[in-house]
Amino acid sequence: MKARSRQGAHGGPQIDAIVIGASAGGVEAVGALLQALPQPYAPALMVVIHLPPDRRSLLTEIFQAKCRLPVREALDKEHVESGTVYVAPPGYHLLVEADRTLALSLDAPVAFSRPSIDVLFESAAVAYGDRVLGIVLSGGNNDGAAGLAAIREAGGRGWVQEPTDALAAAMPQAALQTAGADLVVPVRDMAVRLAHLRSGRGVAL
Amino acid sequence: MSEGRAAAPAAARDFDIELRLLLEAVYLKYQHDFRHYAYASLRRRMRQAMERFECRTLSELQGRILHEPEVFAATLQYFTVQVSEMFRDPPYFRALRERVLPILQTYPYVKLWVAGCSTGEEAWSCAIMLRESGLLDRAIIYATDINPVALETAAAGVYALDRIAGFSANYLAAGGTGSLSDYYTAAYGKAMFDKALRAQMVFSDHSLATDQVFSEVEMVSCRNVLIYFDRQLQARAIGLFHDALVPRGFLGIGSKETLRYSPRAGSFEEFAAQERIYRKA
Repeated sequence: MKARSRQGAHGGPQIDAIVIGASAGGVEAVGALLQALPQPYAPALMVVIHLPPDRRSLLTEIFQAKCRLPVREALDKEHVESGTVYVAPPGYHLLVEADRTLALSLDAPVAFSRPSIDVLFESAAVAYGDRVLGIVLSGGNNDGAAGLAAIREAGGRGWVQEPTDALAAAMPQAALQTAGADLVVPVRDMAVRLAHLRSGRGVAL
Repeated sequence: MSEGRAAAPAAARDFDIELRLLLEAVYLKYQHDFRHYAYASLRRRMRQAMERFECRTLSELQGRILHEPEVFAATLQYFTVQVSEMFRDPPYFRALRERVLPILQTYPYVKLWVAGCSTGEEAWSCAIMLRESGLLDRAIIYATDINPVALETAAAGVYALDRIAGFSANYLAAGGTGSLSDYYTAAYGKAMFDKALRAQMVFSDHSLATDQVFSEVEMVSCRNVLIYFDRQLQARAIGLFHDALVPRGFLGIGSKETLRYSPRAGSFEEFAAQERIYRKA
């Protein structure tokens, strides 16, 4: 039996999932990325943004208004579908299982955050191996750094928002320090490259 | 760099092998069945347990768990998650109070099963709500969990005083008709809940993974427990709830959980969709 190729048609790696983490100043950045995505779009996207808990999240509505792809709040045990944006519900960690279903947990907050970017990214590294792209955007703490390191160690890709482009630079800086990155650019450029990944593969990586 | 990249997925596979072996060992030795727990979050908690016991590998922790029962007792809190607060998700409790209890009022008695009650906050919340609806005297609340330490806390009904402000806010948002302080006495930094409520509560060891139905009940409340199970174990638990419920009985689950992926989904109808309250069809 022929093993499924790691390489896409353009010689770039195949990406099945894109995980995005942001905190302070991140809603705008995530919105700008989602706005750029064409329909149809092959990879699935999972988004963690730190927000105060115990508040009904409007993120799904905010992002849906900008995005051509369906945007949904993540439900436990839901199958991850291609071309769909899943947003972590406030107060829950969002994870992805090896069988590519979503999982939620009420495990303790990590660095005061639930959802935590590290938790999502680490689970995605195990579930997707080299078929995942992790993106760390604007934020005021170091969540996402360890997670991005896990993704890159597992062979996946990491993109980080250029710190000078971020409203809060601490998170991109921490990610760069801990994990390094395959690409460091302003959100505007990142959006263009992300759009090029519509088939899940491309030299843009 | 490329070598490091190749090594990590193998390390992840090794970890999962060790995890499966550990869960099998725990089941064989202690009859606690975590084999169908959701792996993604369990991996992380097991890494924390490894840190706590200063084990380099999960296999090393397995050795200690097998040979030192006190280590197993201490790791129980890593296998399960104890997060609870009184009247958590107030809209859920408001829907119970305003929509479910008026129906249960018409029954001669009410049995309510709080499955996976952890440290008991939800069971006590239910007791308070039943009291305010005049139902408590003809009600029994079964509160069950697999963790004996959590159950002990639950049965004691004693919580740190600094948590009470949050509980009170939830209580009011859930439509509480009095003041939460009507139900506890405060001393030495603790709030002790009313023993008169306790008279209608039964705390008991029960596993959704290995035990059977123990009573017929009018309502099951099992919130944020199913998220820790894989689909197979979820299906078992929902099957138990179905079998325990009287015809037209109620099932409440967590606000981000759904019955949609359960083979029993067709046996329940949505009663309060937003609040995730279902009714046995």
